[in-house]
Amino acid sequence: MHAYVIRRLGQSVFVLIAIALLVFVAIYAIGDPVSTLAPQDATTAELEGVRQRLGLDRPIYVQFFLFLSNAAQGDLGRSFVYGEPALKLVLERFPATLELALLAAFLAVTIGVPLGVYAGLRPDSLGGRGIMVGSIFGFSLPSFWQGLMLILIFAIVLRWVPAGGRGDPGMLLGLQSALFSLDGLRHLLLPAVNLSLFKVALLIRVARAATREVALQDYIVFARAKGLSRTRIVWVHILKNIMIPVITVLGLELGSLIAFAIVTETVFAYPGMGKLLIDSISQLDRPVIVAYLMVTVVVFVLINLLADLAYAAIDPRVRLAGGGKSA
Amino acid sequence: MTTSAPSVARVLPSQETSSHHTAPLRNAVLKVRDLSVAFASRGGALTAVDGVSFNLAAGEVMGIVGESGSGKSVTGLALMGLIGWPGRLTGGSVMLEGEELIGMPESELRRIRGRRMAMILQDPTSTLNPVLRIDTQMIEAIRAHDTVSERAARERVCEMLSRVGIPSPRERMLNYPHQFSGGMRQRIAIAIALLHRPAVLIADEATTALDVSIQAQILAEVQSLAEEAGTAMIWITHDLSVVAGLADRIAVMYAGRLVETGRVDQLLEAPAHPYTAGLIACVPSHNIPGTEVAQIPGSTPSLARLKAGCAFAPRCRRSTAVCGQVPPLVSWGEASERSIRCFHPVIDIGARS
Repeated sequence: MHAYVIRRLGQSVFVLIAIALLVFVAIYAIGDPVSTLAPQDATTAELEGVRQRLGLDRPIYVQFFLFLSNAAQGDLGRSFVYGEPALKLVLERFPATLELALLAAFLAVTIGVPLGVYAGLRPDSLGGRGIMVGSIFGFSLPSFWQGLMLILIFAIVLRWVPAGGRGDPGMLLGLQSALFSLDGLRHLLLPAVNLSLFKVALLIRVARAATREVALQDYIVFARAKGLSRTRIVWVHILKNIMIPVITVLGLELGSLIAFAIVTETVFAYPGMGKLLIDSISQLDRPVIVAYLMVTVVVFVLINLLADLAYAAIDPRVRLAGGGKSA
Repeated sequence: MTTSAPSVARVLPSQETSSHHTAPLRNAVLKVRDLSVAFASRGGALTAVDGVSFNLAAGEVMGIVGESGSGKSVTGLALMGLIGWPGRLTGGSVMLEGEELIGMPESELRRIRGRRMAMILQDPTSTLNPVLRIDTQMIEAIRAHDTVSERAARERVCEMLSRVGIPSPRERMLNYPHQFSGGMRQRIAIAIALLHRPAVLIADEATTALDVSIQAQILAEVQSLAEEAGTAMIWITHDLSVVAGLADRIAVMYAGRLVETGRVDQLLEAPAHPYTAGLIACVPSHNIPGTEVAQIPGSTPSLARLKAGCAFAPRCRRSTAVCGQVPPLVSWGEASERSIRCFHPVIDIGARS
């Protein structure tokens, strides 16, 4: 098990360096930040001064290795706009996005998996078909439009929840989070629902397909022949088997929830990382963009590592393949 | 609601004709009458099991023999009430110890499954849930029917595992299925099936996936365990030689119908149905070395293309125009212990009942 984790961590470091190179080269290719940062009437000499101060006059590979060695020490440069460390700016916004993503993932699992299991057990029933039709809407309606409709219905017409912003955080066990206060949850609910709708639809499909497959297995026939109750067959025998594909998808999608909360955060004026990214792109604030991308990559890598560890916890056969002790 | 024309056999009382004066010494634990199962398909309902009737006495072992597609597995599932969509029970009666199972609500049927009637399946590698430990899968089987503490259930699991020949069961029951060989997994499945000492055990090709030496071991063990528990067995197989040494009685199935039943020695020695005779002739040990192995011409008909009348007629050398009708089930012999569905039996079956 330990060897498995260490090997996976080694792979992760390699992925990080590769992504750093890609990100750096790609960002380098877009626009000249000096022209946006310097005053409109700046002379060529002044522009050159700014360029030198920011280190943009040096060759790209020198800039990259400087970036790498600084990054290794947790320094991803200073924001051109705010003059603050870029990583600090991104990490300040990170909890807000994480709260949003976690609540969205929670909603996706608690809504998507049961509906998918139901649709998989009764594929031809009215309910089963209805769920599938609903999931098509979840897939095909654009996220920003869903967000606007949610605001219109629940914030403006019904006035149940606020239309945007972040609520006051609460405290639980020394952790500060908007998830622990009623106001925070009220603010989070609409954006989280918006962000989760696509994932709900996705998990419905994954859970349904997996359930249909598992329900036909001999071990389910045998479980029924043992005289087990339907509840136990569905919630133990079937559910535990479909969690393997569900976790695969969830692992991939949790990362994308964090990374692509951008649209939702923009629609709901939610002060998360995504909103910071959009602002930084429009101002060509390179260090912040890079810091955002690097943080996102780290999150992706970590989540996939966790997903792999979760497999091992759920499927005993993975433990064996991972070099664990066998009987 | 079967597709075939109403058969004569339905009209005739099948085996009960003469049973009043020569009733079997042992009581029938399972009485099956006219069991029929159909599958929905694009071309309409296909009858997979057509009017199957038999009795199973307490502690008796009955072999159901047939080729793949003959409906033998479906019969097994139908007895357990486990026919799922697109299959459907279309008629008949299954009496377990005097209690009618057909039409019984699912919740009551659940209490019978695994307790009074159990089943083992063909492929041991897929019978056990891969993500649950052996103890979990066995304890849940005990507690589905008996209100016992987890500790007591664990003791029973341990004892049962050692009885089916799993070494150091106390440690091994904490393992997952993939940590056992195929033979061991089938032993575990047998242990689970016999946990509640059921009146009837249905084994569907339970040793087919195992290699021959393991097969013989497991057959012998199941036989002694079932005997000990007083469990009657229905052993479903395509392999005549498996049931030859195991069963008291054999029922031969073809295209959804029982075509011949009888005591194992009589049936093997003097088969009456041309199909049974063909099957026995195919067993390689009956052939002279160096000569071609005998086989029945043609192959099992697809249910979708089944014609009216005797399903075996197209492959049968003895068939005549009368075979266009479904032959009635005819019983003969002492206690009417043999029966056949054929107009042209291979042997003289004497006065028909």
